Formats: sequence, structure tokens, C-alpha cells
Amino acid sequence: MGLLAYGDTGWGDELFYATLMTIAVAAAALFIGFFLAAIFASFKLSKIKVLNLIGSFYTTVFRGVPELLVIYLFFFGGSGAVMYVAKIFGYDGYIEINAFITGAVSIGVISGAYSTEVFRGAIQSIDKGQFEASEVLGFKKKIYYYKIIIPQMLRLALPNINNVWQITLKDTSLISVTGLVEIMRMSYIAAGSTRDPLFFYSFAAVLYLFLTFLSMQLFNKLEKHYSKGY
Amino acid sequence: MDLMIESLPRLLNATKLTIELTLLSLFFGIFVGVFFAILRTGKNKFFYYIAYYYSYIFRGTPLLVQIFIIYFGLGQVEWIRESFLWIVLKEPYSCAILAFTLNTGAYSSEIFRSAFETINKGVLEAAKGLGLNKVHTFFKIKLPIAIRQSLPAYGNEMILMLKGTSLASTVTLLDLTGVAKYIISTTFRPVEVFIVAGGIYLIMTFIIHNFIKYLEKRFSYPQ
Repeated sequence: MGLLAYGDTGWGDELFYATLMTIAVAAAALFIGFFLAAIFASFKLSKIKVLNLIGSFYTTVFRGVPELLVIYLFFFGGSGAVMYVAKIFGYDGYIEINAFITGAVSIGVISGAYSTEVFRGAIQSIDKGQFEASEVLGFKKKIYYYKIIIPQMLRLALPNINNVWQITLKDTSLISVTGLVEIMRMSYIAAGSTRDPLFFYSFAAVLYLFLTFLSMQLFNKLEKHYSKGY
Repeated sequence: MDLMIESLPRLLNATKLTIELTLLSLFFGIFVGVFFAILRTGKNKFFYYIAYYYSYIFRGTPLLVQIFIIYFGLGQVEWIRESFLWIVLKEPYSCAILAFTLNTGAYSSEIFRSAFETINKGVLEAAKGLGLNKVHTFFKIKLPIAIRQSLPAYGNEMILMLKGTSLASTVTLLDLTGVAKYIISTTFRPVEVFIVAGGIYLIMTFIIHNFIKYLEKRFSYPQ
């Protein structure tokens, strides 16, 4: 247990901060994913064929290609792409993107592909009468989406959002290949310097189990809250 | 464009290893999955909990952790290094397959379990009434129904496993992702390589998807 001591002698505090980093990346990725999902789900539900195609292309590619490959794309290609755009605007220097943003964006893009399907399914499962009634009552589209459709959608989507969150949380372990110090990277460093990989990787597994357990409890509560009226 | 054509043969060559890893892990994973699904549906509480925690742990932790524990972690234990297990655990190839098998086994055990549970009780009573013994009931009635029932979910699991094999590159294996990463890091042209390697993965996903669709049709109940 000395290995986990808090402070300079052990790895307790390092692993604690690494856990916070994992949570931060996963949460950032989930929200980037939600943002993308809102856009691409509306593309997929739109009546315009080209937008449908773009939506399907996005979900097919990022759910069918391994996460690690997507991470490499953003890791090696990210700063190049940003510099290219900056060049157009007249900035000609070297820009480095930090590992947190690379990680959050690459996992966010993957997470968004799953969320797109979840949102689309949830909107489609809402009774058509709800849309018609809102229109008849003279609500503007923006208002009835926010006040009527989305609250109902959230209740239906919550169990699936829980799934997406669990996938996203586990996917963050892959960002360790870019050097971002989250649970996996920290365990790798600790395992290397103490020569005790079995202990530290097992401990990492326990940390992930703890996180998935905790989020399950949280989502159960949320689900109860949102289905009060049913 | 040149790089895309140039890298294609090397990536295709690496695809062989990806396919091999996927098929072997899925093959072993089915047995693991069915075994634990049977334990989960059985009456013995002790075995039930073993199967429950097995699936809980392997589904609740990232695949990367599982590979690292098996490849880097277990090699550290003295008595494992001296036992016959070391034959399996000293090679990254067999470590990867072991990790993938246990991982897909956990997910498939859940799929098969729910398939076994949805079997109509009347069917089992009919089997009992006809005097079939337990072994016959399992192989001739339960298993075929469960296979049909679990096909769509199992198709998803196959695709997840295909994507999961990309982690073999983290334990020095040169699978499709491993070679793609090598080419990217030597040429610094991520987009081109991503298009080719991603395209190969998408083609394989497409094949699995249609294979499962075909099986679903083939095994659907006569209407």
C-alpha cells in the first residue's frame, strides 16, 4: 500500500489528479459529442437528401473506424490543420495544440457519432401528434422544440446517453498514446518507475470500475427524476 | 495521392493480421460467452456470481487496461513465468488474443444470456412434455432459438471486436492500425493514411454487417 501513499513517497496524489483528468476529458468529449450530435441528428432527419448523406457518412465513418486510428488522425493531423487555416488568415507561425484538446476533440467526434444515433432515435420515437399539436397551438418551431420536444426526448434518450457516456469514459484510456496524463498514462509512468505493472494496471482497472459504477448510480437517479410524470 | 497508392499494399498486408486476430478472438469468445451465459441462467448462486462479476469487470474497464494487465502485468509474477502459462503469456500475439477473447466473451455472455432468457417457457414445457432430456433440449431447442435471437446484437459485437483489435498495436503487434500509425509517424501525412486504413476497416465492417443480415434471413422463422 506504500505505493499509493499521498505525497512525494507514493503515487496516490498523482493517480488522483489523473482520475480527475480522465473525468474532465470524458465530460468535455461528451459535450463536444452532444454539440455535433445536435447538428448531425438534424441533418439525418432533414428532408434534404445531401444533408442526409452527410449525416450518414459521419456516423458510418466514426462508428466503423477504430478509435485509435481516429486519435492518430487528430494527434498527427490536428496542428497541421489548424496551421493551414491560420495561414489563410495570415498567421505564419508554428501552432501546437495541447494534448487535452486533441483528446477531447477526437473522443468527442467518436462520441458524437453514437450520440447522433441516440438523438435521432429519440426524436423519431416522439408521437407525431406532439409536433402537430404544437404547430396548431401556434408555437414557433424554435420554441416548441425547446419546450416540448427536447424535454420529452431527454427522458427517452437517457438510458442510451448513459451507454454513450460509458463508452466515452472507456475510450479516454486510448488518449494515453498522445501523452495526456490521465489514468492510463499515469499508471504507465508509475509501472515503469516502480517496475510493478501488475499492481498499477490492476489499480487503474479498479479506478475505471469505480467511475463506471459511480456514473451508473448517477444516471439511475436522473432516469428516476425525468420519468416522474410517467 | 501517391502516398495512398504506395501505402495500400503494406496496409493490406497488415489487414491479414487484423482479420486473424478478429476471427480467432471471436471464435474463442463464443465458447467463453456461451459458458458464462449458462452459468448466469443456472440455479447455482455461486457460479451465477462468478459469471456476473466476470462480465461486470470486463465490461466496466477499458480494453486497453485488460491488455496491459495481461501482457505487462502477468509477466511480472514469478510463478506464472515458471508455469506452462508462460508459453501463452510471453508472446504479445497470444496475449492480445487472450485479452480480446475474455473481453468479447464478457459482452457476448450478456447477449446470449438475454437470448436464453427470452425463450418462451411454453417451448421448454413442450420439450419436457415430449420427453426430451436436458442435453437434447439444450442443443436442439434452446441453442438454435438463442442463436437466432442474439444475431443482431452479436453482429454489433463482431464490429466492436474488429475495432478492438486495433489495440494490438499498443503491444507491438503490426496490425492494420499499427502499420497505419507507423506510416503516419514517418511521413507525417495522417489524412491520406487515415482514408486508406479507415476505408479498409469500413469495408470489413460492411462485410460483417451484410453477413449478419444474410444469417438473420437464413435463420428467420418460417412465416
